[in-house]
Amino acid sequence: MNGSRLWQRLLNAAGPILGLVVVLGLFALNPDVRPSVFSGGNFKLILVQTVIVAIGALGMTLIIVSGGIDLSVGSLVAFGTVVGAKLLEAGYSPAVTGLLVILCGAAIGAVNGGMIAGLRLLPFIITLGTMGILRGTAKWIAGNQVVHASETSSLMFLMERKNPSEFLPLPAGVWLALALALLMSVLLQRTVFGRHIFAIGSNEATARLCGVRVQWTKLCTYTVAGAFFGLSGLLQMTRLGEGDPTGAVSLELDIIAAVVIGGASLNGGVGSIWGSVLGALVMAVLRNGLGQTDMGNYLQEIIIGCVIILAVGLDKWRQSRLRAAG
Amino acid sequence: MIPRLRLQAIQKAFGATRALRGVSLEVASGEVHALIGENGAGKSTLMKILSGAYQADSGTIEFEGQPFAPRNPHHARKCGIAMIYQELTLAPHLSVEENIVLGDEPSKFGWLDTRQRQESVRKALAELHSESIPLEIPVNRLTIAQQQIVEIARALLGQPRVLIMDEPTSSLTSVDTEHLFAVIRRLRERGVSIVYISHFLEECQRVCDRFTVLRDGETVANGDMKSADLNQIIRLMVGRDMSELYPKTPHQPGKPLLEVRSLAGHSKPRSVSLTLREGEIIGIAGLIGSGRTETLRAIFGLDSVSQGEVVIGNKTRTRTSPSRRLREGVGLLSENRKEEGLMLNRSLADNLTATRYGPVATCGFISAARQNRAARDWIQRLDVKAQHPEQRIVELSGGNQQKIAVGRLLHHDARILLLDEPTRGIDVGSKAQIYRLIGELAAQGKAIIFVSSYLPELLGVCDTIAVMCRGVLSAARPVAEWDEHAIIASAIGRGEGDLAA
Repeated sequence: MNGSRLWQRLLNAAGPILGLVVVLGLFALNPDVRPSVFSGGNFKLILVQTVIVAIGALGMTLIIVSGGIDLSVGSLVAFGTVVGAKLLEAGYSPAVTGLLVILCGAAIGAVNGGMIAGLRLLPFIITLGTMGILRGTAKWIAGNQVVHASETSSLMFLMERKNPSEFLPLPAGVWLALALALLMSVLLQRTVFGRHIFAIGSNEATARLCGVRVQWTKLCTYTVAGAFFGLSGLLQMTRLGEGDPTGAVSLELDIIAAVVIGGASLNGGVGSIWGSVLGALVMAVLRNGLGQTDMGNYLQEIIIGCVIILAVGLDKWRQSRLRAAG
Repeated sequence: MIPRLRLQAIQKAFGATRALRGVSLEVASGEVHALIGENGAGKSTLMKILSGAYQADSGTIEFEGQPFAPRNPHHARKCGIAMIYQELTLAPHLSVEENIVLGDEPSKFGWLDTRQRQESVRKALAELHSESIPLEIPVNRLTIAQQQIVEIARALLGQPRVLIMDEPTSSLTSVDTEHLFAVIRRLRERGVSIVYISHFLEECQRVCDRFTVLRDGETVANGDMKSADLNQIIRLMVGRDMSELYPKTPHQPGKPLLEVRSLAGHSKPRSVSLTLREGEIIGIAGLIGSGRTETLRAIFGLDSVSQGEVVIGNKTRTRTSPSRRLREGVGLLSENRKEEGLMLNRSLADNLTATRYGPVATCGFISAARQNRAARDWIQRLDVKAQHPEQRIVELSGGNQQKIAVGRLLHHDARILLLDEPTRGIDVGSKAQIYRLIGELAAQGKAIIFVSSYLPELLGVCDTIAVMCRGVLSAARPVAEWDEHAIIASAIGRGEGDLAA
């Protein structure tokens, strides 16, 4: 009895880990790529490349577990980079800029959540709308061109790779992402708010019956998630040193893929923070490794698409096997 | 004479679980045969084998004297064996007509033959004396009873010689049940054999000719239904003595806890007044659609209220929310276990503790260990058959799921329990346990409103009964003043003593 439960937990955790091992294993088989992929410096690069998607995935996990979706993330990140760069340009201090960009994300999340909860409309449609609105607004604010962040130096430490050929020291952004992941996993698993998110995603009618304030909880979920998307935008800006209103296109799809590879169900009620973080890592390793082979860009895209389908298909199969055994 | 259907020594295992260990069943032509057994006795597995969804591991099936091994449900249907499932399987947005011919659309060169379609659909409905059902409207606008007729019409289209009906009356009211029985009798006269699966033994006795009892995957008895002793059948099903189906725990009504004054919702209910005391069980009877469920939902704050008052303790708070009602100690058991009552893909522990995390959390942080301990405690006290508290609830049988849903109200320690069809679709053993539990709760001073379409249980469990008719609730009268006939008469608006406001 206890054995089978442990087994089930292991299997649940194993999915994304297995994916990561398989992807790394494939690169290890190729002698041309192996030395450049398997080096401390490259692993550091992978982690830095993971951070932006991973932090977005933290927010997206909440939304997807609640049974929702957010398509506006890419636009919101681009909007965040522009706002950040403009604020720096206007002479705000880096700390204030950082805070304002995150708050800006939270506010936009609240607007999304408010419309979804208040008007009882489908998240897919609302966020499809805000996706366009935010992208347009970002271009408008930026005057249709890249905004150079005049002074990012004191924010640079977040994503800067000191000593690029060695694994350590890792930039602060990586540690920040890890700390936030820990925080969010506790929030999702151990608090009443987290349980309510699961309850809504699992069965909204039951949640209402059980006294969950469904619309309020949704509003909070999108707001918290929005703060994470804002942070992703901030990190994107410090990494590139500029605000690009045309950047981060379809970033939301990478983030959704990471969450789903991590074991979440788009029907809601299922998902985990650590799964999503691993999912983000799988995506980053794939892009990084494929980028170092000599295959064309088009092939990379095809392979990544196949991997997403494969990962989710395997997960479905594993779940049904588990159910049959239980 | 060769029986229409003969099954011998059927065995079927799923992994290590032996669902069927040797089942025999014989059904004559033009016979209505009751298949009786608790949930988990193997009835549905057997019927799935018969209708082609599963294949038997061993044993023989003879259909009109010929060996018969259906490959899939479509094959079985083509051979003349049709099944009507408990959960109706209609496509809600398609019309009555489209549903009836679904999967067998009459066509010419791939084009729908609408004239022939209409004709065969009309004929099928006429056989059921249900020509009044409109053909063009989507089935989700029909009542449950009408939907069931549509389902039966669909089965009749294939000219079946054996019709399997799984719990056909579980969501029907008494009047609709009578109509269904008339349909069954007509089919029998036409020589159709019917395998009738039901937990309602009184109904089986009325409509069936013979019975077979299954227990733990084996046939334990068969015989003539009309002359059978129901207590004997219950003993055979359960395999142990059931002291009494409706055990009485002595309880005494105390001071009023809940008072409802001329409550009205937006369409239903229209006028509901009642007073519920500590340690009292009030039953609400009525037709489906009469507004019973809506009354409970309005009291609980799930549906909005347009008029009237709800007083709990001394506080009048009519417009409210479920979360506030829960804080006031009111709990609602949904009639719809799967769609509303439970989070099917979550664990037992999560479902049990969903309304009250206080006892399993410290400073707002939930402890999985304490949650599991609490769940294990309820699993034991309610005699739930489950492996462990983290098992997903979808893996449990209906009766055990329902115990968890009731357990949530107990974990919440609700003092006012609004129970909407608490025994729908669960086996006799679980039913008896739920009846006993309700009695015990009343003895502890909890107040209970018990909504049900099954009159024997209302008469067996409640202290007083009120009847709902077209959104208006009659005054509650002591159960001794009621019998089934009087309740039905009130429910269809012919009661003499209706004191409805």
